[in-house]
Amino acid sequence: MYGPVMSDDLILKISNLSKSFGPIRALKGVDFELRRGEIHALAGENGAGKSTLMHVIDGILQPDSGEILFDGVPVKIASPAMAQKLGVGFVHQEIALCPGVSVAENIFMATTNSSRALLMNYRELERKAAEVLGELVDIDPTTLVRDLPISHQQLVEIAKALTLDCRVLILDEPTAALTETEAQILFRIMRRLADRGISIIYISHRMVEIFDNCDRVSVFRDGQYITTRNVAEITPDDVVNAMVGRVIDELYPRKQSEAERSDEVLLDVRNLSERSRFKDVSFQLKKGEILGLAGLIGAGRSEIVKGICQLEGEVSGEIALDGKTLSLKTYQDSIAEGIVYLSEDRKGDGIFLDMPIAGNVSALKPEQVANGFGLIIPQKEKEQAEELGARLNLKYGSLSDPVSSLSGGNQQKVAIAKMLSINPKLIFLDEPTRGVDVGAKAEIHRILRNLAASGVGILVISSELPELIGVCDRVLVVREGRISGEVTGDRMTEENIMHLASVGDVQVALQ
Amino acid sequence: MEDAVSLTGAPENKSPEISFIRRLLRMRETGLIAIILVLFLVMSFASPYFLTWVNMRAMVMAFAVEGIVVVGMTILLISGGIDLSVGSVTALAMVIAGWLFLNGVDPWVASAISIAACTAIGAFMGFFVTVVGLHHFIVSLAIMVIARGACLLGTGGRPLGLYTLPSEFKFIGQGSIGPIPVVILIFLVVVVGFDFMLRRTTLFRKVFYTGSNEKAAAYSGIRTKRVIFFTTTLCSALCGVAGIIYMARFGSAQPTFGIGMELNVIAAAVIGGASLKGGSGTIFGAILGAVLLSVVSSSLALLDVSVYWQDIIRGSILLTAVSIDHYLVKKRR
Repeated sequence: MYGPVMSDDLILKISNLSKSFGPIRALKGVDFELRRGEIHALAGENGAGKSTLMHVIDGILQPDSGEILFDGVPVKIASPAMAQKLGVGFVHQEIALCPGVSVAENIFMATTNSSRALLMNYRELERKAAEVLGELVDIDPTTLVRDLPISHQQLVEIAKALTLDCRVLILDEPTAALTETEAQILFRIMRRLADRGISIIYISHRMVEIFDNCDRVSVFRDGQYITTRNVAEITPDDVVNAMVGRVIDELYPRKQSEAERSDEVLLDVRNLSERSRFKDVSFQLKKGEILGLAGLIGAGRSEIVKGICQLEGEVSGEIALDGKTLSLKTYQDSIAEGIVYLSEDRKGDGIFLDMPIAGNVSALKPEQVANGFGLIIPQKEKEQAEELGARLNLKYGSLSDPVSSLSGGNQQKVAIAKMLSINPKLIFLDEPTRGVDVGAKAEIHRILRNLAASGVGILVISSELPELIGVCDRVLVVREGRISGEVTGDRMTEENIMHLASVGDVQVALQ
Repeated sequence: MEDAVSLTGAPENKSPEISFIRRLLRMRETGLIAIILVLFLVMSFASPYFLTWVNMRAMVMAFAVEGIVVVGMTILLISGGIDLSVGSVTALAMVIAGWLFLNGVDPWVASAISIAACTAIGAFMGFFVTVVGLHHFIVSLAIMVIARGACLLGTGGRPLGLYTLPSEFKFIGQGSIGPIPVVILIFLVVVVGFDFMLRRTTLFRKVFYTGSNEKAAAYSGIRTKRVIFFTTTLCSALCGVAGIIYMARFGSAQPTFGIGMELNVIAAAVIGGASLKGGSGTIFGAILGAVLLSVVSSSLALLDVSVYWQDIIRGSILLTAVSIDHYLVKKRR
């Protein structure tokens, strides 16, 4: 651990902070200290509590208990506006600028909002914007934001935060949209700001970035604060270990035994590429196994499976199902071959919330519950939903109720029932248990195992490593649009997967 | 709306009859029928003319042809679209058929050509919406103005008198089979036919999927653009049919006919449960909405309320109905 520091070295001191969302305890009594002028990395898996903590600091969320000292003074940060007043700047992962408005106006959006002036003084605005931008990058303040490349938009966001005289700057995955060169420019700017006494909280999954550019790193896991270390004193391995140090529970169904393993290839993907999203992806899915696809958000996991079933992108490469090479042009072709995709955004594009359960289940091929004239036979539709519902242990009142009346886990079962309605050969499931409670989660895992055993190809994408390790027989790791490695059996550990996902060095991982 | 929640629980502790009645009570159609019945009751006391055969017939005639347009609009709204050009396109249908007839074309052939032309206009709008990617609102606004302009251009702004229309043709708009006017029969056939298709066919089921959640529909393998193209075209085609019936009924083609019709038609569909966000609505409900508006107009006329007041009241009914609905939906969530 680091040595004791004088309390006036600290711009921000958080102690014993807790925050729950209903039954879920997102933060369990965490501590966090931020020194003046340091670049402090936050590390942790998805769901570890990093964003919740940052949202508390930015006043978006209110803690249930705990203390926040800002510059030595106890504060209650009731709103983002108040956080701004204290000097907290937050650059979110998603860019939140007005695209049709000039850079200068975007930078001073908050100031304009609080200004009493009746008319805009554009000349003054542009002069001041040029001043702020001058420190960062050469952008003409009169340019419209939509005409800027993403990396410059990111810098405009940072400039926007800087105009608020911030003393604490939170950067959430700022390099996700940047190229290597642009990222390097950002790191130089970060260092310059830190030298001016601004404290920076830097959130990233990329170990290299943390170790090259940050002073200290704090690790969070499962809503708990684990440790804070000087970067110079530790290795990336230490951080990864601290992030995942968790025992996998027994909630998962039995895996494939050695004897059950088959060499029969169900899906064979060769040299699949899509312009910017992924490159040279090759893998096989064997009969009876559950294959996992791991990787950081934005690594291209979903893009690969969506590419295979022609939901998005212009894909080149070869796809063979059951030894037969497919030439899929549209998702309709893919469905006709029995390849379906379960979306990660259930409410956004997975189900029809306001429509009846039965109508949701039949959506993939309504013709199945219709007669020769294209007339839907309600009885047939009901039977289909009843049968699949029973198979998935779906809890419902009436099949004519809207899906919105069901719990998250049951909604997901409806989405899975929809996939199963066409007797698919291969199902891609993108985050199949997101927003689903523990009980339903275990049920969904069991369903997947049974499907795999019955010969349906199952490929699971998940950001939850314990889930992938618990459910899958084999896990492929995607990093920056390429498959960076594969783990099975004993080598299927969170450490190895995280390494392949963030560092990408196969040798290190497999030692 | 507690029962929406309790329905997720065990189903066995509720008798089917009770749950059927509850469902019935929850349906908007039930509420509309109740309001209409109350209006009937009140009006039958307020005016001796209200409950007469003549008045009933006039009331039904007033919305029957427009009801055909309501059908098209409801289906379009369910798919997530909207069409402001219905009034102009209906007028254009009259003008095209009337002009062809005056130039020696057989009225039946002229009508077929006219309906085809309206269908083409719908397809044209569908093209701009699905291929070019513009919003229904703006495309149909443009077509509304263009079609009206074409009407005035083709007629010089004056109604075309079609005095020589053969009586077999005028029969569509003016005749009766037994005691029931042909117009009402056509209306019933269209309404019952489309209501059935909308409830039962896979084709129209895809309209619901698309309007309910376009992305989820695409992720279910539905070609959503084709669906929207289809509903846009269908709505204009039904305007064509309505225009022809009007022509047969009036014996003339009126270039200024149907101004403001879009308001009535959209209001009827929305009062009847269609959502501007798409994904919900029924033909039966929309027709009840049209009936309600028509009963209100007729009542106000019988009570000697000024015509100018009628618009204000109609607008207020729309606002009230939609607000109540919005509130109920929000409460249910």
